[in-house]
Amino acid sequence: MKQTLPLALRNLMRNHQRTLTTFTLALRNLMRNRQRSMTTLLAMVVGVGAILIFGGYSHDITNEMQTDFVQRSGHLQIQRSGYFLYGSGNSAAYGIPGYEKLIAALKSDPVLKQMVVVVTPTLQLGGIAGNFGAGVSRTVLVQGMVAADEAQLRKWNDYGLPLIPRPLPLNGSGPDAIVIGEGVARVLQLCAELKVSNCDAQHKAADAAADGAPPTDAPPDLAALSALEAPPARNNKDKGTQIEVLATNVHGAPNVGSFTVIKAEQLGVKELDDVHVAMHLPSAQRLVYGRDAPQVTAVLIQLQHTDQIAAARARIQELLSKDFKGADLAILDFDTLNPYYGQTNRMFSALFGFVFVLIGAIVVFVVSNTMSMTIYERTVEIGTLRAIGQRCSGIEALFITEGALLGIIGSALGVFIALVISGAINFSGLTWIPPSRIDPVPLTVRVWGEWPMIALSFCSLTVVAALSAWVPARGAAKQAIVDALRHV
Amino acid sequence: MNPTETKPAVIIENLNKTYQLDNFKVTGLVDVSIQIAANAFTVLSGPSGSGKTTLLNMIGCIDRPDSGTLMIAGQDVSKLSDNALSDFRARHIGFVFQTFNLLPVLSAYENVEYPLIMAGVPAEQRRARVDKLLNAVGLLEKASHRPSQLSGGQRQRVAIARALALSPALVLADEPTANLDSQTGNMIIQLMRRIQRRYKVSFIFSSHDPKVIDAADGVFNIIDGRITGFERVKRTIAE
Repeated sequence: MKQTLPLALRNLMRNHQRTLTTFTLALRNLMRNRQRSMTTLLAMVVGVGAILIFGGYSHDITNEMQTDFVQRSGHLQIQRSGYFLYGSGNSAAYGIPGYEKLIAALKSDPVLKQMVVVVTPTLQLGGIAGNFGAGVSRTVLVQGMVAADEAQLRKWNDYGLPLIPRPLPLNGSGPDAIVIGEGVARVLQLCAELKVSNCDAQHKAADAAADGAPPTDAPPDLAALSALEAPPARNNKDKGTQIEVLATNVHGAPNVGSFTVIKAEQLGVKELDDVHVAMHLPSAQRLVYGRDAPQVTAVLIQLQHTDQIAAARARIQELLSKDFKGADLAILDFDTLNPYYGQTNRMFSALFGFVFVLIGAIVVFVVSNTMSMTIYERTVEIGTLRAIGQRCSGIEALFITEGALLGIIGSALGVFIALVISGAINFSGLTWIPPSRIDPVPLTVRVWGEWPMIALSFCSLTVVAALSAWVPARGAAKQAIVDALRHV
Repeated sequence: MNPTETKPAVIIENLNKTYQLDNFKVTGLVDVSIQIAANAFTVLSGPSGSGKTTLLNMIGCIDRPDSGTLMIAGQDVSKLSDNALSDFRARHIGFVFQTFNLLPVLSAYENVEYPLIMAGVPAEQRRARVDKLLNAVGLLEKASHRPSQLSGGQRQRVAIARALALSPALVLADEPTANLDSQTGNMIIQLMRRIQRRYKVSFIFSSHDPKVIDAADGVFNIIDGRITGFERVKRTIAE
């Protein structure tokens, strides 16, 4: 034992010294042909920088989308089973009765309390909004909400994105107030009243001419219905912003409410802008349920962090199966509710993979070309090293170390450059309009903090660079010593 | 034909080597059977293309024969694996090349130290050994110089020191004076001769330089891959 330990230590020190020598030789050989090494490094820097900047950009898009969805619809929603797939045309049939009890149970649960930021009910229904003063109407998607809760939902920004604040106009407004999308405002010809941009006066005239009749008030039957359903304390200060919303009630009969449009809001996505109507939850419930017991189509749950979804979902499931057995409720996450999110993520993952492979291939060619030239020039040196007792594996190790050093230095510089460029972009205040959106969002590239992506790019390209050197190094080590020594 | 008075450093029996060049074969060595004396200054001499470098390569274990046996330091090296042969070369054979073949990125000191590091010699012993060898070749003050900062003669002296680093049984030199001017060549021969006696090493040269042949203890003549004669030179210790 006394003999073995020092021997093992001695062997360790010998190997350490050999490794140091190989490293020193490799580093000095790289310095020997500075211009070639710099060119190779430059290719690696550009490659790693491009990967990280694209990766950071796509991560930011993912984070922005997720933030947008979570601000609108929470992380999780409790709905009646089947509502997500079949309920959009008949929301009344998929209402959650006694939802107040469910919300109270969610809010008071000690486990969920640690994770939950907002629990709020919502009622979605399809209807027709009409500006009968202008003789126009259109189908809309009405969302009844608790405005204070909704305002709280919009504050979620777990990724610290430089978001442009979107205050909720409905918050603090009167009971008959509604907010419509700018697209709805255009069709209902409320541009002037609501100060909506991009409204064309010619279209207004054309619409009126096509109707062939002068603008009138609401038809008498609708006006009567509206009067029946109207809340007693109507906040009707401006007649020009009054619209009627027609919906089907829970019994299948039409129901109309008259509302005051307080703002036309741009929701970013044109498809939403063209149908969006937001109103207070009691107003929406009155349209659908009249004097029956009010229900909602979903209970929204917003968590502190997205990675709490699984835990929160499991806990909610536990509560539902214990206290709401016959309620036939389902829990859906934002990913399921917004298929576009998953599709976009997959698209960016595929693009990132493509860019990664492409740049990896470029690195392979550049490094192997550099190493092949180096090996060709140093053939006699290889022969000499072999002659004085260096094994094939030693020669391979030398050139692989040179490739790996190029990889390490190039990747490190690439990471640094990517951090500098992404920082410059983030501080530039640039904005852009992503696909399917109509409002600009800040252009940001998140590289700092994306350590798994940085580590993956750094390690992969270093390994790729080392392996690129391995093939020519193997060939060099295997060549006959006498041939190598004769090389001119 | 063979000098057999002392225990031989190299024993070669029926060594044959041919090279395939495109569609025809070139004869390298034909039935070479010689014994090379230990602690002697031996020259393999012959005209260009005679096979002297081929024979030197076989003795240096950097080329393999087609047939025959080769015993160096009492070991048959013909059937050693590539790694075993590398280790054998590191331990038993030193090389001095015509073009010096120093590693350009290492200093004179590091070039001499390199084989010692590969062999796992501890740092203290390495330092002592390198200093001793550089002193022996008169280049201790140039230890930190890179090969590009040394003259041809100085480079060859560093190469000699490197060849002796691990105290090999054999030092092989292929035309060691061919790239040097006559005066420097003479100095190198004298240095090698001195070192050979001092360190009791067997030096084997391939050369047709008369000055090298004059300095030899024995000369094997090779023509067309065959040994055509051996000439032993009697010398006194004073010489």
